[in-house]
Amino acid sequence: MGVTQTRRSPVTIAAERLIESLLPLFVLLPLLLIAIFLAFLFTNAFHFFQQVSLREFLLEPNWHPLIQPPRYGIAPLVAGTLLTSAIALLVAVPLGLIAAIVLSEFAPLRVRNVIKPILDVLAGIPSIVYGYFALVFVTPLLQKVFPTIEIFNALSAGIVMGIMIIPLVTSLSEESMASVPTLVKEAALALGATRLETTFKVTIPYALSGIIASFLIATGRAVGETMIVTMAAGATPRITLNPLEGVQTLTAYIVQVSLGETALGTTGYYSLYAVGLVLFVLSFGLSLLGRWVARWKRSE
Amino acid sequence: METQRIIRIPELPDLESLRPLVARKRALERAFLAIAIVGAVIIFGILLILLLGVALRGLPYLTPTFLTSPPSRFPEKAGVLPALVGSLWLIVLTGAMSIPVGVLSAVYLEEYAPRNRIRRWLLLNISNMSGIPAIMYGVLGLVIFVKLMALGNSILAGSLTMSLLVLPIIVISTVEAIRLVPRSYREASLALGATKWQMVTRTVLPAAMPGIVSGILLALARALGEAAPLVTIGALAYVAHVPTSVFDPFTVLSIQIFGWASRPSSDFLGLAAAAIIVLLAIVFLLTIASVVIRTRAIRMRGGIR
Repeated sequence: MGVTQTRRSPVTIAAERLIESLLPLFVLLPLLLIAIFLAFLFTNAFHFFQQVSLREFLLEPNWHPLIQPPRYGIAPLVAGTLLTSAIALLVAVPLGLIAAIVLSEFAPLRVRNVIKPILDVLAGIPSIVYGYFALVFVTPLLQKVFPTIEIFNALSAGIVMGIMIIPLVTSLSEESMASVPTLVKEAALALGATRLETTFKVTIPYALSGIIASFLIATGRAVGETMIVTMAAGATPRITLNPLEGVQTLTAYIVQVSLGETALGTTGYYSLYAVGLVLFVLSFGLSLLGRWVARWKRSE
Repeated sequence: METQRIIRIPELPDLESLRPLVARKRALERAFLAIAIVGAVIIFGILLILLLGVALRGLPYLTPTFLTSPPSRFPEKAGVLPALVGSLWLIVLTGAMSIPVGVLSAVYLEEYAPRNRIRRWLLLNISNMSGIPAIMYGVLGLVIFVKLMALGNSILAGSLTMSLLVLPIIVISTVEAIRLVPRSYREASLALGATKWQMVTRTVLPAAMPGIVSGILLALARALGEAAPLVTIGALAYVAHVPTSVFDPFTVLSIQIFGWASRPSSDFLGLAAAAIIVLLAIVFLLTIASVVIRTRAIRMRGGIR
């Protein structure tokens, strides 16, 4: 035939094969490290539970590993995490959702194209900066409003954490509302609904699973957030609903243990892994829940 | 039998009587928009005031001495040099490790891996990695890099920890960028006699470059600002000297800020604010570059189509 077949040298072919067989390792290596870590986490948590009964861990209402006699009830740390996260969500969910509604349903395209990149940049502000905001600006302000507030308190940390996750809630909810087919919205508008009615009766129900998933992702972020709560919420493990008091979160406890000189092999040292395991299960559960919700079939 | 359908046309209400209803709905819509815009302005305003507050607090401390001195017990002599150099070391090393691993992972997943359950499982786990709180990566770094591999609280241990933390960002953005490269590019490349690897390196990756670079910049900005995992692996130590090797103990800007902000003295809070200005300047530079590259790439793609 007229075509000359160019042959690849055996070297090229061998190199291609080599590349093909090496590439999967790059995916597996990080996952392997995570797997090793999880195995470590579980074994060390197991060591902890050999010294502290699961019953005490779950039911004891006090957490003070360093004061004699030590008490290892996880409830105060979980309560602190939930309190600060709840305050953050109270701030971030309504404001983030309203901003998303305006951006996706009302704002002209030009405004949207300006605001979305700004949100991306704001989402990049490190949490240590928000921690500084909480400690240096928000807490003194709150002290003027509530004279009884403690210097380290759940409210200041929660509010600032809420401000931090607004861009996240906004851009995720906006994306899921923007993905609602225009045809569906136009059908509602053609029936005489106002844009506001279309938004609340058509767009939001249609995008509901995505919107709820964005709330869950934001919750996961709040639960795992560390620097703001370490700097502003304090280090007092307690079960309280009063946002004016200081609390300690799971994450802040991990920081406290890593900053202090906890002797290796003691119960206090292993408590780091037990708390880490609880935090991991909590945040992982939230992200699984988020993924499950995001896959809900849209109601007709 | 013949069925007869009777279509009843409802009597139209008097249009005049609808006016109050329409007016009410319109007012409701306006009120909602007004509330939303006021809310957005307030939030933006608060953020702006907070950022301005940091600027006002920090600018007096942002002197040439500040940028060229080590931290000190005396606020007027204290500087941010070891932290700044530590941060640069950290993001360079983190980039050097996470970029190749992340990009090659994405290449494997998009171009080589058979489309089966295993691939879906790998992708799922990578996105799960991005849901793990940053502090857990710190515990991981402490267990695996600091203790198990005996790297101590060195720059290398810190960078390895950060690499794992930012890896999902790089993999996911690269996967998305590669997915957007049209099939025809690949076919053209293969038709010209390229091997698969040549096709990937000379056609697919260059075409996907803006998306990849945008993801990398975002990942580096994240690595720069993240403090929690480094606190856990022990980077808080007061570091007076600029690190000279990857095995040196180190501190970074975010940790320095944490250290200074934990001290009650007003001078140290000012120093923390000055360090925040430096940190934000670099982080904003990286994120703005990332956003600009991404929007420009989207616009160009729209133009070609």
